[in-house]
This record gives sequence, C-alpha cells and structure tokens, in this order.
Amino acid sequence: MSHTVDNSKRRFLTTAASVVVGGAGAAAVAVPFVLSMLPSAKARAAGAPVEVDISKLEIGQLITVEWRGKPVWVLNRSSESLLTLPALNDQLADPESDVSSQQPTYAKNEHRSIRDNIIVLVGICTHLGCSPTYRPDLAPADLGPEWKGGFFCPCHGSRYDLSGRVFKNMPAPKNLVVPPYHFLGDNNVVIGEDAQGTA
Amino acid sequence: MRTLIFALFFGYLSVISGQAIASAEGIHLDDVEVDLADKASLQRGAKTFVNYCLSCHAASFMRYNRMAKDLDLSDDQVKENLMFASEKIGDTMTIAMRAEDAKKWFGVTPPDLSVISRSRGTAWLNTYLQTFFIDDAKAVGTNNAVFKDVGMPHILWEQQGYLHHDEETGHLTQVKEGTLSTYDYNVMVADLVNFLAYVGEPSKIQRLELGKWVLLYLFLFFLVAYPMKKAFWRDIH
Amino acid sequence: MFSSLMGWVDARFPATKMWEEHLSKYYAPKNFNFWYFFGSLALLVLVLQIVTGIFLTMHYKPDAALAFASVEYIMRDVEWGWLIRYLHSTGASAFFIVIYLHMFRGLIYGSYKQPRELVWLFGMFLYMALMAEAFMGYLLPWGQMSFWGAQVIISLFGAIPFIGDQLALWIRGDFVVADATLNRFFAFHVIAVPLVILGLVVAHIIALHEVGSNNPDGVEIKKLKDKNGIPLDGIPFHPYYSVKDIVGVTVFLFIFSLVLFYAPEMDGWFLEHANFVPANPLKTPLHIAPVWYFTPFYAILRAVPSIAGSSFPGVVAMGLSIVFLFLLPWLDRSPVKSIRYRGNYFRIALVLFVISFVGLGFLGTQPVTDLYTILARVFSIIYFAFFVLMPIYTKLDKDKPVPERVTFK
Repeated sequence: MSHTVDNSKRRFLTTAASVVVGGAGAAAVAVPFVLSMLPSAKARAAGAPVEVDISKLEIGQLITVEWRGKPVWVLNRSSESLLTLPALNDQLADPESDVSSQQPTYAKNEHRSIRDNIIVLVGICTHLGCSPTYRPDLAPADLGPEWKGGFFCPCHGSRYDLSGRVFKNMPAPKNLVVPPYHFLGDNNVVIGEDAQGTA
Repeated sequence: MRTLIFALFFGYLSVISGQAIASAEGIHLDDVEVDLADKASLQRGAKTFVNYCLSCHAASFMRYNRMAKDLDLSDDQVKENLMFASEKIGDTMTIAMRAEDAKKWFGVTPPDLSVISRSRGTAWLNTYLQTFFIDDAKAVGTNNAVFKDVGMPHILWEQQGYLHHDEETGHLTQVKEGTLSTYDYNVMVADLVNFLAYVGEPSKIQRLELGKWVLLYLFLFFLVAYPMKKAFWRDIH
Repeated sequence: MFSSLMGWVDARFPATKMWEEHLSKYYAPKNFNFWYFFGSLALLVLVLQIVTGIFLTMHYKPDAALAFASVEYIMRDVEWGWLIRYLHSTGASAFFIVIYLHMFRGLIYGSYKQPRELVWLFGMFLYMALMAEAFMGYLLPWGQMSFWGAQVIISLFGAIPFIGDQLALWIRGDFVVADATLNRFFAFHVIAVPLVILGLVVAHIIALHEVGSNNPDGVEIKKLKDKNGIPLDGIPFHPYYSVKDIVGVTVFLFIFSLVLFYAPEMDGWFLEHANFVPANPLKTPLHIAPVWYFTPFYAILRAVPSIAGSSFPGVVAMGLSIVFLFLLPWLDRSPVKSIRYRGNYFRIALVLFVISFVGLGFLGTQPVTDLYTILARVFSIIYFAFFVLMPIYTKLDKDKPVPERVTFK
C-alpha cells in the first residue's frame, strides 16, 4: 500500500519539476521569436539621426525632413509670432507642456524649443496619425478671425498653435511631439538624437 | 544502443565529406585557425580589409556598427580608422565602383565578399592570398596557383614581394622580397582570413555563446524528465 | 469548477472524447522500443518548421533580385534571425533523418501490413509531400545550388515524352528557372504543401488510432483483452508514452542543438558551400548534387542509361523507386510482421536493401566515375529486386512462431 502512495508522490514531484523546468524553457524559446519582430538593424540604420542644414531657413519657413519614416518639421518662427503665443494659453489643452511623453525635458519651456525661434516637431497629429498642414496665415476665412497661425489637421479638424500645442476640445488629445534633437554649430540641427547622443 | 545508432549516423555524415571544397587546381590548401574571440586579430584583419579589399570588393551585408560592436571598437574608432567608403555608422560596407564599370575594367565584377568565407572556405582564401606569382602572359602581370587566370592583381605585392611559379614542379619561390617577412605576411593574411570568416557569419559569436546554455538547459531538463518517466513506468510490468 | 466547464464544452464539442480517444484511453502496446520515438519526433519537427517558417516569411523576399540578400538580412539584421533560420535549415535535414528512421521502423516491424495499409499509404503520401516541400523550399535562398538543383529536377519533367517540354515550361513559368519560378515555389512552400501535409498528418494519425499501433513483436494486442475491454498488453498513451516521448524529445533536441549551434552547415551537408554564391543562370557550379536526403533517388536516375536518345527511362526508374514503396503492403506475402520472427530470406533482403539505399545515397553526392556508375547500377538492381522479388521470398521464407503476448523486459 505504502508503495502506491510513494509512487504517486514521486509522480507528482517529478511532474511538477518537469512542468516548471519545461515551462521556463518554453518561455525562453518564445523570446527570440518575439524579439525578431522588433525593428531590424537595417530599419534602425535607416532610422538613424538626420542632420539638417538650417542656414537657409527663412523666417516663417517650414521644411519637412524624414526621420524614421515620419515627417519632421523644422520651422523658423518670427519673433513677432512668438509674442502671440502666451495669449493663447487659456484656450489650450496643455499650455505648459506638462505631458512629458510629448517632448524631451529640454523642450519643456515656453516655446517648446531649444532656440526660441526654431521649433522641431513630429508632423503627426496626436489624434489618429494624419499629418497636419502648416497654416501661417492670420485669420483666414476657413479657420476664423482668431487664428494666429499654427497647424490644422485636415482629417478631423484638430488645431495646434505654432508651438504644436493643441487647442482645447479638439479631437486630438495631446500636443504635437517634439523629437529628440540638438544643434551642431550654428547652422545644423540633428534630429533623432539629443546632445548626449541618446536617441 | 541508442548512442551507437546516433554515432553511426553522424559518422556516416562526417566521414564522407563529399561536399567539402577542394581547389579546382588540386593544390593542397593550408587552413588557418578561425578565432572570433581574438579581437586584436579581427581588428588587424579589418584594417587590411578596408585598406586593400574595400575599393573593388564590397561586403554589402556587413554593417559598420555591427562590426564595431563585435570587434570591441567604439563607433568613433570605426568612423576614424575603418570607414572611408561610407558616411553613416549604420551603413553596410559598400563601394563606390559600379558593377558595370568593374566588369569593363577587370573582365568580371569583383565578387561581394560578405559570404566569401562560406562559399570558398577559409583554407582556400588563405592559400589564394599566399600564392600569387609572376606571369607575364597575364595583363595584370600575375597569376594565382589556386585560382588560375584570376582577374584580380596581386594587391598585397608590396608586403609579400613576388613569387615565381615553376611550371614543372608547381613550386613557388620568392624572387623579390616584400616589406614583410614571410612569417609576418602569413600573419597578415591569417588575420584577414579571420576577419573574412567573421564577416561571413557575424552571428557565429552569439551562436557559440548561446549553444552552451541551451545544451546545459537540455541536460538539466533531462535530469527531471527522466525520473518522471521512471516514476510513471514503475507500475508497468 | 473545471469539470463543470468541461461539461459545458463537451455538450458542444467532443473535447474530452477526443482527448480520451487519442491520448488518455488510446491503448498502445507497452513494448515500444527506441524506434517508436520517431513518430512523435516527426510531429515535433513539423511544428518547429511551421513556426520558424512563419517567422522567416515575415522577413524573406520571394523575388529573384532580393531573395539571396533577404536571407543574409535575416542572418544579420533581424534580431535572432540567425537562430530562426538555422532552426529551419537544420530542421529540414532533421525532418528527413527522423522520417527515414520512422519508415525504417515500419519496414522492420511490418507496420505497413494488414490492417495498417492505409496508415502506410498516408505516410507515403506524406513522404512525397515532404519531398516536394523540401525541394521547393531549397530554391528560396536563391543560391547557386538552389538554382541549379531546381533547374535539373524540373528538367526531369522535360524528359517525359511528348508533353515534357511544355510541362517543364509550365512548372517554371519561364524558359529557365527564374523569378516566376521562385515566386510560385514560395507560394507552394509556405501554404499549399503545408496544408496538404497537415491534412495528411491528421489522416495518418486517425487511421493509426482506428486500427491501433503495431509493436516490435508484431502482435495484435487487441486480440487479448481484459474484462473491461482493455488490451492486456496495452497501456494508455497518456501518461505513459507522453512522459517517455518527452525524454526522447530531450535527447533529440540535445543532438539537434549540437548541430544547430556548432555545425549548422554540417560540413556542407545541410547548407552547401555553393549556396553562398547568389544564383547565376550563366554559370553552373563544378559539381552539383541534390541535398543529401534526395541523393538515393538521384543516384538511381543517373544509373539508368538513356535509351534511344531519351533520358526518360531514368526518370521512370526514379519514379518507380518510390512507387514500389507504396506497394509494400501487397508485395509482402508473409503472415509475420516483425523481423524478430521472420525468416532469413527477408532479413538478408532487408540488409541488402539498406546497404543499397545508403550506398545510393552516397553515390548520389559524388561526381560520376566509371566505378561509381557500376556500383550505382548494382545498388539500383538490388533496390528494385527487394520489391520485385518480395512476393517470392516472403512466401518461401521459414518464419518463426509468433508469441501470443508481447515480450516485455
């Protein structure tokens, strides 16, 4: 009788050990397969930081560069237009850029930029991923008399100011993303990497 | 019994190495030891590679930043010392020469060297790089003992000097000294071949590393699975 | 809790019934030996190939201009891509090793004989599907061996009288093996043939579980049952053979890992050197041979001389060498299944057959020489004689008495 008891205990223990060790092994096997779906070295190389020459960027001009397949805007804002921005604060959803995912710490400031005039933004609406249009014109017919220049998303009508801050009660919930970037000398901006070299 | 069967089977596979690579010319091939842990050798090989090979031959599957990581170099070290043909550290080892132009100049397009160590084998590469000899009948002035009438000139002639090939015996003798002694030249070639072996399969470093752990794990699992089998089969008589 | 959930499911789907029929109340003979590991191992390798194949498909490009580079992309740029690719390439050879041992088991213990003819036939169709799968998969890396191997094999169809040329053209979709061929082989390799294989595996297992497993004694355990109707020599597959197969799987994976991590090319047998040169339609490698698992049939093909300027006889011989395997259940006239109780004629015939099969396998990898051609012809004759003469020598054989019960320890 005790033989049977012994054996069922032995069966239980060895099975439990096999399930634990085998389960750990099976989980470990899954890891390479899951990781293989991450961006490859090729995709990472293609998504490497992009260097942009801004020496010819005129006031009010916006250029679009591609970084990691996304449109990134570099905009040279006039000093006058910067002066209009603080007045908009109470119409904005996040005027102080408190949502930390939307910009690096060095761009959490009044102008959401390292240099006051030059702003770098990922040109993708935080609503559903369309690319908004740059609308620098003041008080155009379609955007109304209050429009001080900014970005307008044609898909669902979200509005952002010239710092990419979203207005209240828009479909888009958050400000436009400021990517990591830094300046290299006076005339070059490197998008995709901050001054410490981290992406 | 089980082990015997497996031994027999794998014996069958390895004894008759039918797919082994031989030189078409029937020359004995001297192999070199491939050691991907010898970073100094790989770094020297990389230096030779970018200086002497990477103008005509690309290694278009090999990325500079991958090489930096595997050869214990920083990205900046690679950029300054090894990266002349490309701009970005994430680029692969491509060359500016267009394939059509190369074909016009050399008669053939110099092959991409990414996986040359896997198609030719390291022994062939090592011997090939050691056995260029003077041949006035050739446009490039040299010929090769393992690759007859090869279009490639003797790129490392300054280091090796020149060899003479005896038609009758097939012996190679030094007729002009190079800047390196025969020993030092052979080391240079061995390092280059080591590097080419690395380029052929960079993941071999991870492969060998992971292999130990997988085998260890399977051994440990056997130690719990076999007692489980025994426990269940005790009551089968 | 669990039982009420299962009750709910069972009222709608026969989960418990299937579990019992195929595992917990499937009574297998208790005397399975080493040779009985290879069925479950084949299933394991099939799963491995499907899973790794799915992940390779995410990165591979079935385009003649991109295919070779995409394989190297997997080997270098894709995280863990090298592991997934080596699992798949080593798995291909492992599949054939396992299947050949599995088929050999059927041969020595007479598992193809009545009442298991359909198990054998489904298995043979599986083997053919597997060969098609392997052949088309081998084109995908788009190396020199991929290209010229496919070129040669497809040309075999060209040897068929009258329709051959049109047929070969239709298979390739171009005048030589080309982008169109690669693209369609990709479609067959990743979806069409795997579906056929999965269906046949189900049929193979259902047929087996209908009649019950054979065993090394070739005794039908269903003849002697206890009062509950359970075979006296049967034990439930689960847990007894599930725990045993787990041990077998562990040993298999250990050997598999040795190859995978330390010799994935297997010295040119699993991944050929010439296949690291991109396909070049203008230049054939000096020596081409199929991958090792096809070489016995390739050797038979080469051993047959062309007759009246046609290489068709060789193609026919190669086809027949597989057709005869299908006919095995009806060629064997002996009432005894297992080699343990067979007479000497069959034993000698089997030894000669194995020698000729392995010998042909070796010759198929080698360049043709006069000696090798003679050897290949001798082996081919033995190969066919094994089948053609089987009705005679199995009839004449002096078999030993078969015991009532299986022998166990």
